[in-house]
Amino acid sequence: MSLFQIVPDRSQVNKQEIILSIRDLSVEYQTRRGVLSAIDTLSLDLYKGEVLGLVGESGSGKSTLGKAIMRMIPQPGRITKGQLIFKNQDLMQYDEKQMRDVRGKQISMIFQDPMTSLNPVQRIDNHIIEAIRVHEPSVTKDEALSRSESLMERLGIGRRRLNEYPHQLSGGMRQRVMIGLALALKANIIIADEATTSLDVIVEAQFLDLLRELKDEFGLTILLVTHNIGIVAELADRVAVMYAGRLAEVSSVDELFHNPKHPYTQGLLRSVPNIAMDSQDLYRMDGTPPNLVMPPSGCRFHPRCPHVMDICHQKQPWLVRVDEIGEGDEQVGGYDKHLASCWLHQEYQGSTQARRY
Amino acid sequence: MELTFGTLCGGGLLIVGLFLLYAIMTGSRSLRNYVITRLLLVLPMIWILVTLVFVMMRVLPGDPISTRLKPGTDQATLDRLRERAGLDRPIYEQYWDYLNDIAHGDLGVSNNVEQDRPVTQIIGRRLPATIELVMPAITLMLIFGIAAGALSANKHKRTLDYSFRITSVVAYAVPIFWLGLMLQIVFARQLEFLPVAQRINPRFANDFTHRTNIYLIDTLLSGNGQAFGDVLKHLVLPTITLTIALIGVFIRLTRSNMIEVLQEDYVTASRARGVPERKVVYFHALRNSFIPIMTLIGLQVAVLLAGAVLTETTFSWDGLGKLLRDGIALRDYPVVQGTVVVFAITVGVMSTLTDILYAFIDPRIRF
Ligand SMILES: Nc1ncnc2c1ncn2[C@@H]1O[C@H](COP(=O)(O)OP(=O)(O)OP(=O)(O)O)[C@@H](O)[C@H]1O
Ligand code: SF4
Ligand SMILES: [Mg+2]
Repeated sequence: MSLFQIVPDRSQVNKQEIILSIRDLSVEYQTRRGVLSAIDTLSLDLYKGEVLGLVGESGSGKSTLGKAIMRMIPQPGRITKGQLIFKNQDLMQYDEKQMRDVRGKQISMIFQDPMTSLNPVQRIDNHIIEAIRVHEPSVTKDEALSRSESLMERLGIGRRRLNEYPHQLSGGMRQRVMIGLALALKANIIIADEATTSLDVIVEAQFLDLLRELKDEFGLTILLVTHNIGIVAELADRVAVMYAGRLAEVSSVDELFHNPKHPYTQGLLRSVPNIAMDSQDLYRMDGTPPNLVMPPSGCRFHPRCPHVMDICHQKQPWLVRVDEIGEGDEQVGGYDKHLASCWLHQEYQGSTQARRY
Repeated sequence: MELTFGTLCGGGLLIVGLFLLYAIMTGSRSLRNYVITRLLLVLPMIWILVTLVFVMMRVLPGDPISTRLKPGTDQATLDRLRERAGLDRPIYEQYWDYLNDIAHGDLGVSNNVEQDRPVTQIIGRRLPATIELVMPAITLMLIFGIAAGALSANKHKRTLDYSFRITSVVAYAVPIFWLGLMLQIVFARQLEFLPVAQRINPRFANDFTHRTNIYLIDTLLSGNGQAFGDVLKHLVLPTITLTIALIGVFIRLTRSNMIEVLQEDYVTASRARGVPERKVVYFHALRNSFIPIMTLIGLQVAVLLAGAVLTETTFSWDGLGKLLRDGIALRDYPVVQGTVVVFAITVGVMSTLTDILYAFIDPRIRF
């Protein structure tokens, strides 16, 4: 896999400190045809300073997860259960006012389309001033402005640009403004939902470089939602693979690319085009993403899985460790661990859930 | 300087003029060209309307003379009177003179409505009444229309939303004169706490100086509280009628724009930055949904004038609308033509103004 050899520097990651812990989260959308289970009992930890790539095909629930973390699931959706432990507090217990203080200030979100993420009738500086003053009402307009000026300078956006309207900026610039908005508030976590999808390749590369620099400079933790496995390889420390509202696999980037355990991940990696590869070899996964109003029983991947077994129809496999289990750390999930949810890698043990993470 | 309707209009025109001048001076060259072109375009528009009216009035059966006189008047008298009014001349000659007069600001003399009085003078006295009716209606329409639309969008698909939606359809569909009549029956005839029609109780009509002929202002300036109250009471029903006639489209447009805007990415993005919902809705979203609303306001001016004709007729309100209606009924060519000229100028200037304001609100618009 020659494409995936750029190994990111992981020095900034604090492997002990979990900054955000998603526990047993479920999200449902009320649709015309019934209740759509967009996320089902999903647990995932985000470590301080890491870049966690979140991949999965369209409709697997990546954006829903991002919005759920900010408690911004739009109608007719709802978080039906679970916890969001952030700095030892459960965000699910917060009221709307408390959540507003978290949004932007603690956890920021960058959206896919920088063309539409800025208010077209507001100047760039007004966006930044507003964001700062919403969270710090005591800051004057001038202070906020000078703060944003130096920050934007750092992001390569000149002072003059601050007076302009969004439509006067290029896509790459606007996406940098979006980052700037997150940095202006010194957010801890940035959720970047397909943040580079709409940029052209060169601008995308520049943007990723910038993100890499800023990550260390500002000690950011980034949840990088993307379709693009290449971006994950370049920027992420760890990867979480989603399938139909559940996690298929979680591991370090290296491990995932060289030793994928879940059949879905294996298919996903084989379907990535590779320059060295003959295009005819490109793998196409059979079947379509499942209907989440009536999801497949047991393992949600079973209708498309080449290794499907009897039990896959009946029982849902838990997300468990699939790497070498050393002495004494049997029960412990953690930063370095490789997790997957597939019956190929675990034995059915009745109703015990002892080994799920 | 004495406050009269003339100075009032002068002041209004001055403000409009200054605004246009400001737009022309500070705007880009293309904006300047745009404004000037738009204003010049009002001229052909007036010409087309005035010609249409000229033709239509003459196509209608009957003429000013026959409508004025009793049926059965002998042909000789009719011919003599027609000759005196110049109606016996060839139609193209009449048309030519007519255009020529308008170009010189002369709208002719009334045939029947107020015999032999110059049309400009009649319009000058009627215009304040229309303004007095239209201004409160527009204000109410803007305030309640936008508030209801925004609220409806905010409560999307809930009871309040549905009730506003039904209200707006009903308001839009209901005929103005029927609505006016119903209000008259209920509030004036049955409950008897509001006057049926007219602008003022004749009892008060000479109790104050008619400076601007906008009675609200005149009574207030004369310090006559009783008369002011009476004028206000007379205003209630016509204003409500006109407002309801206009507000339906407004609620719906504001609502659908707001719903659209509230789903825009930048709205979600500003929520994700922790901006309070109230600020998101009334600051980010409302301003953006205002952009298409501006255009509607420009277009609504024509609807507004049509509504004024019906409302004024229903409530015997002596404004331009009723003048137009009377002029048509009595085949008073100069009066109808003159009123239409005023209406055309109003529509033309207002739509130009809103289009320019549009550019001020939306930085993406460049002419
Ligand atoms: N507002 C909504 N109403 C109903 N269903 C929704 C809504 N938003 C998302 N869904 C459903 O939830 C599931 C997850 O959607 P989500 O947008 O999170 O996927 P995604 O992984 O981000 O996809 P993509 O890669 O296309 O962005 C999908 O089946 C989608 O149809
Ligand atoms: S659990 Fe069964 S169906 Fe699911 S991925 Fe593993 S083998 Fe395939
Ligand atoms: Mg998405």
